[in-house]
Amino acid sequence: MTNLLEAKGLRAAYGETKVLHGLDFAVRQGGVTALLGANGAGKTTTLRAICGIVRTQGEILLGDTRIDGKATEDIVRLGVAHVPEGRGTFMELSVEENLRLGAYTRPARQATEDFGLMFDYFPRLKERYKQQAGTLSGGEQQMLAIARALLLRPRLLLLDEPSFGLAPLIVQEIFRILARIKQDAGVSILLVEQNAAIALEFAEHAYVLETGRIVMAGSSADIGKDEGIRRSYLGY
Amino acid sequence: MLAGVLHQIMSGLATGGIYASVALALVMIYQATHHVNFAQGEMATFSTYIALTFINLGFPYWVALAGAVVISFVIGVTIERVLMRPLANAPVLASVGVFIGLLLIINSMSGFFFDYTIKQFPSPFPDHPMLGGYLSGHELGSTAVTLIVLISVYLFFRHTRLGLAMRAAAFNASSSRLVGVRVGWMLALGWGLAAGIGAIAGCMVAPVVFLDPNMMSGILLYAFAGALLGGIDSPLGAVLGGFAVGVIENLGGAYLVGTELKLTLALIIIVAVLIIKPSGLLGRRVYSRV
Repeated sequence: MTNLLEAKGLRAAYGETKVLHGLDFAVRQGGVTALLGANGAGKTTTLRAICGIVRTQGEILLGDTRIDGKATEDIVRLGVAHVPEGRGTFMELSVEENLRLGAYTRPARQATEDFGLMFDYFPRLKERYKQQAGTLSGGEQQMLAIARALLLRPRLLLLDEPSFGLAPLIVQEIFRILARIKQDAGVSILLVEQNAAIALEFAEHAYVLETGRIVMAGSSADIGKDEGIRRSYLGY
Repeated sequence: MLAGVLHQIMSGLATGGIYASVALALVMIYQATHHVNFAQGEMATFSTYIALTFINLGFPYWVALAGAVVISFVIGVTIERVLMRPLANAPVLASVGVFIGLLLIINSMSGFFFDYTIKQFPSPFPDHPMLGGYLSGHELGSTAVTLIVLISVYLFFRHTRLGLAMRAAAFNASSSRLVGVRVGWMLALGWGLAAGIGAIAGCMVAPVVFLDPNMMSGILLYAFAGALLGGIDSPLGAVLGGFAVGVIENLGGAYLVGTELKLTLALIIIVAVLIIKPSGLLGRRVYSRV
């Protein structure tokens, strides 16, 4: 199986504070890879590093293209969609405008066709189409963020804690939809989650991070079975 | 009496349109950067000189105006790229310093290139009263031009992809980058548009107040009052505020304080808004649920 994304010796820092200390990891083509770990392990920073939001050292390859050091806008245009921590909703704009922005880099006609697909995944967004996005509930904003990212027709989808702050039922709903998306869209996914149980169920592969280092890598099944890892790093 | 009041209101709306345009230019830059561009007025004055130069070279009025708008747009974009861009993460005072510096520099450049004498500026509109004598031809024409500008700007922001991207970049730069919007260029475009709008406002007001390097300094104050009154982060509010200030200024000048204290009215409005309702009448009301 080929890798869509590959990071070699990836380091990142916020000012003087080093957060990632040389990560090697890969996201397989068409698969779901999870990044697990406690608060402050560097999961979010890893996603931000891939998108060029933080300064990095080391190599990041998307397919055959080196994307480290590129501007965020250019990385996005190469097909990397990022559902950021906190969902990144354009609060002042309508749901429709949020979706239009998702398809900003693509020809308008194509995008409008994709809107139908998004409403199929997320019927609630259709109900709220003309509403100001800031008035949506947390779960709806998460759906909006995922739809916005998918409208880019990405090769790689980066998901930062889609379960964050949501009621368990809503989390289940979102992961049910994500499973459908994974099947339909052929998009590769890198998932960051605190909720390790749900992430391991969804992903085929996983990396466990601790304070900016990878402490374990393997198939989700193996990591889920490893009692020690589960207790020390995943907390369940 | 009633006819007099009506007349004052109408001509107040005509000047209010100019304030509305400049207020809109201020708001566009404010929304994106949270700074008030104090140099907006001087930029508009400089643009008006450019238009006058074209007219003196023998170009038809509207061609000269279009030329001035295009050149002003380029100047606006350049100022953002060259001067403001390096200060994107600098403290507020650094930007304020640049704005004040720009104000002084552009003012002096106007004087240096085009000298300090007061010049006449032509109006493309007929020179006789219209609408039963309530408005001069120029007042009516310039109001129409202002409305066309404001409506075009509205349609641009509301219904074009680029307009949406510019709004998005102003509201949420990091999310905008994540959908592929080139945020830096959106800011530069905003500066360009603001400069272009200023150019039109300058050319519309110059036939009334005559052209000299300080032409816009008072107008900028009224525009700022209008922007604050309507809400400095609301384009619609700024436009309505601009019109309102024009009417208040005219009525106040005619019946209340006399022409000498008209500018004081603008300051009173600014202070009153800041004390009573700092967000302005249509200031941002963002609903957010957590």
